[in-house]
Amino acid sequence: MNLEELNATATNERLAQAKKNHHLHVCVGTACQALNSEQIAKALQTALRQQGRNGEAEVKCVGCPGLCSLGPLVEVASRVNGGPTQPANESPADANHRTAVLYQFVKPEDAEEIIAHLGGEPVKRLETPLDQPFFTRQTKVVLENCGKVDPERIEDYIAVGGYQALLKVLTEMTPQQVIDEITRSGLRGRGGAGFPTGLKWGTVAKADPNRYPTNVPEGIQSRKFVICNGDEGDPGAFMDRSVMEGDPHRILEGMAIAAYAVGANHGFIYVRAEYPLAVKRLRTAIRQAQRAGLLGNAIGGTAFSFNVEIRLGAGAFVCGEETALMASIEGGRGTPRPRPPFPAESGLWGCPTLINNVETLANVPPIILKGAEWFAGIGTEKSKGTKVFALTGQVKNTGLIEVPMGISLREIVFDIGGGIPDGKEFKAVQTGGPSGGCIPAQFLDMPVDYESLAKVGSIMGSGGMIVMDDSTDMIEVARFFMEFCMDESCGKCIPCRVGTVQMHRILTKIQEGKATTRDLQILEGLCDLVKHTSLCGLGQSAPNPVISTLRYFRDEYLSKVKPG
Amino acid sequence: MTNTLTPPGRPVGDGAVAVKPDDRLAADKRYKIIEATMRRYGYQGHGLIEALHSAQEAFGYLDDFTLKYITRALRLPPSKVFGVATFYNHFTLKPQGVHTCVVCLGTACYIKGAREVLSAIESGHGVKAGGTTADNQLSLLTARCFGSCALAPVITFDGETIGKVAPQTVAGQIAQRLATSALR
Repeated sequence: MNLEELNATATNERLAQAKKNHHLHVCVGTACQALNSEQIAKALQTALRQQGRNGEAEVKCVGCPGLCSLGPLVEVASRVNGGPTQPANESPADANHRTAVLYQFVKPEDAEEIIAHLGGEPVKRLETPLDQPFFTRQTKVVLENCGKVDPERIEDYIAVGGYQALLKVLTEMTPQQVIDEITRSGLRGRGGAGFPTGLKWGTVAKADPNRYPTNVPEGIQSRKFVICNGDEGDPGAFMDRSVMEGDPHRILEGMAIAAYAVGANHGFIYVRAEYPLAVKRLRTAIRQAQRAGLLGNAIGGTAFSFNVEIRLGAGAFVCGEETALMASIEGGRGTPRPRPPFPAESGLWGCPTLINNVETLANVPPIILKGAEWFAGIGTEKSKGTKVFALTGQVKNTGLIEVPMGISLREIVFDIGGGIPDGKEFKAVQTGGPSGGCIPAQFLDMPVDYESLAKVGSIMGSGGMIVMDDSTDMIEVARFFMEFCMDESCGKCIPCRVGTVQMHRILTKIQEGKATTRDLQILEGLCDLVKHTSLCGLGQSAPNPVISTLRYFRDEYLSKVKPG
Repeated sequence: MTNTLTPPGRPVGDGAVAVKPDDRLAADKRYKIIEATMRRYGYQGHGLIEALHSAQEAFGYLDDFTLKYITRALRLPPSKVFGVATFYNHFTLKPQGVHTCVVCLGTACYIKGAREVLSAIESGHGVKAGGTTADNQLSLLTARCFGSCALAPVITFDGETIGKVAPQTVAGQIAQRLATSALR
């Protein structure tokens, strides 16, 4: 479809939605679905029919609105005036915000009561305030559609401005202009390392596909590739899953824009097999986009063609590393290889390959639509934009949050997170999963951005944020992560394969009370060795949890080792 | 392509399979599913992981016969297929029990006591993590993270997610589910 047809679809969909006075959004993300939210959607529909209010309200299954700990969540958005139409330029999402009610812990039995109260006073016993800090302190860019649009209907995404950015890029901008726009926005990779996205795109765009020997399989025409890294392996992180489940079209749009900018015609989304719902929704989204002519050949009536395939991971953490991920797409064991050559020059099947995280690509369409300046206005000087975190652990409000870069940890844990439950004390927050570190209370007022986190020995990581209270044994946490890295080490390079086992052994010895100060010295030596000599990011960052706990919670270690 | 598979000439796997390989391919429709997956990738090597996925989905595990079948269809060295099948945690070469219970050992679950939940199930049902009960009813597995961290600690039973479990009650919950399915 071209721009005119896209606009027509958007208007039609908005008009259709405007006919309904009430929109009931039922969260069908993995966490809420586990609590039977699909039953709730059915019960609400039945109740609507029984009470004869079909015409004025619609039930929509949406992605995760974030507050998973209060799930299953149902949001009721009603229009104030109740007029028959709404301004065509106002997206339903804006209108919904005017009078919205959020219901928590909803059960299918509550459906009738909720429907009966539509348009009147909300059901008090289920209501949870929408003006609590959890919602008001967030800035939603990546997640703006999660919890608002139906992830299984492309029309719903188009109605909120979806695919406008792609068609704008294809019809009005040159690839170089797209790259310049992304560079000016200051967007950095959201996978954890924070590499400037514009620079990466520029490198791939300039790369010569004939410089390195290639062996692209038959049937694939492209000589450059775009890969979306959805292998979210960090335990305790589910940001990418929520975006893939809640707003899959956004990722496809971001990928297509990236492909146009770098000159690729084929893309892969690499998703963990542990996320069946995300896989299903992405498959649906690809099919719908192809049918609408927004993926495939001659997109939007232009000469640009781009195909997307899904590849399933198979439960290997190391496949989150880019060269290992590409080895896995090629059908082999997911083991990394030394860089250079970087994937931007010689990646998948030897071709120049752009590989970006889910969240990075999801940031692209709004940057194109609203401009680089708008994006650069959010966040800090060196870290622009927002970051999605999965806030879990010993904190009251667990769930998915999106905050501007530079917000303090205190605001995240105590305002948005609601503090530590059961009257316990805050001890540390762990960011970056097995590659990150534990940040103690003294750094609570530190701004959250790439540089500050690195300075205190942790990393931004993909966005897992696990809060720990004073009952948490920090050595046990370090041992847990070391066990993880030990199991997940691919075995290719020796420092990681052997070093993680030895470090785990010493940590176990400490926990059993059999270690001496000499063991502690060996542990520190090993940390240094593994960090500096491993082949890939897994090994290089595996000692981080140990190093950071040794740095901030040394007393705990010392209390468990004997002098010797 | 199916017909290009020559009989291996010796008993397959643990020797329990008496039928000739070609009979088995013809008799078992599930091989058609794997075949379709491999055809989609033009029988090229990069379809290996997808082929293993569909084999595991069809059979629940990967036996020697199936691995050899994929090896020949994709014209890959057996070492490569075996290497890939054993490299990834998702693939299992052992047959699973009738029901599968997976305990999440991700960070959020771990902090909230997943270790205790696991040992409660282990002692309650007499099975170690990674193993299957003697009556072949329950396989107990562990996972890295389901991404349902808000419900920690989480287990799944036959794919159904059960959140906020407690060590005291979890064994009972599983026993109850085993009993209900036995009645059916």
